[in-house]
Amino acid sequence: MNFALLGKKIGMSQVFDDENNVIPVTIVEAGPCTVTQIKTLDKEGYTAVQIGYNPSCKKAPKSKPLVGHCKKNGVDPQAVLSEFRTPENDEYETGHLLTVDKFEAGEKVDVVATTKGKGFQGVVKRWNFAGGPASHGSMFHRRGGSYGLCQWPGHVFKNKKMPGHMGSRSRTVQNLKVIKVLPEKHVILVKGSIPGHNGSLLTVRPAIKRKSGKGVS
Amino acid sequence: MKPIVEEITQQDIKEDRDHFKVGDEVRVHVRVREGDKERIQIFKGIVIARKGRGVEETFTVRRIASGVGVERVFPVHSPLIAKVDVDRDSVTMRARMYYIRDRIGKGATKVKERRLVERANK
Repeated sequence: MNFALLGKKIGMSQVFDDENNVIPVTIVEAGPCTVTQIKTLDKEGYTAVQIGYNPSCKKAPKSKPLVGHCKKNGVDPQAVLSEFRTPENDEYETGHLLTVDKFEAGEKVDVVATTKGKGFQGVVKRWNFAGGPASHGSMFHRRGGSYGLCQWPGHVFKNKKMPGHMGSRSRTVQNLKVIKVLPEKHVILVKGSIPGHNGSLLTVRPAIKRKSGKGVS
Repeated sequence: MKPIVEEITQQDIKEDRDHFKVGDEVRVHVRVREGDKERIQIFKGIVIARKGRGVEETFTVRRIASGVGVERVFPVHSPLIAKVDVDRDSVTMRARMYYIRDRIGKGATKVKERRLVERANK
């Protein structure tokens, strides 16, 4: 079944597994998410489910159009809205709550999050260029080298790796193993790290590239 | 640390693991699995550091094994550690005893012992 949950990154810690190994985990608050709208083929031209999420301890003012949209669908105003595509959405109904119950320990998930912003960075940090020698009069330290050819083609090729803004981009980490689900706290523990700062918004969904069935490890 | 992180890791934390400190000479009882048999292996040495907090806390034990300095880092709350015996209490002037790595001979294993009187007053 296709679904997604909005949530936030809480932080990292570690747990001990059955064989007493130390497992690094990221603590993720996921949901509860309210279904705010069902999009149908007849009306919107595609089938999807729109969900809303109110992160704990976030009390941002909500815009009037947002409040109006939620009111029209008969749900409380939500701080964040997002949607996921699904071929059949008969089982969803506006007002329904999606919680971490849908995940199981041992299952694999994907996490979509925004990476930490690094600002304007040079090619060494941004593209892992090697740079030049530090001394012996090289005069070529952290520069990008040649940017292209001469009269032909007369311009720098597209996608040439250059300095620029780095980070603050949406990135997906695939196939993270769910170590533990704590339904009463709306929290799951996933193995490994995920992008972004603590407290930043993210999306958790069952792994797209999982093999058939739940709990495939 | 965030309260929720503390709450989640609470169950893994062992209460009886704060009786040793940096400078103590300890015997760490480590559970070793060999096939399906389990036995206890003892690692004896001086605690030269305790780092981190909560469930992530670790401690480093240094010993001289056949003339070579050996250091092992254990997670304080690891279930693999059966128990930690303190053989010798000591007084240290440092939180991390890294200076002991540069010592050769007798000084490499010697730490100022806490006086018996002091221990009685404790």
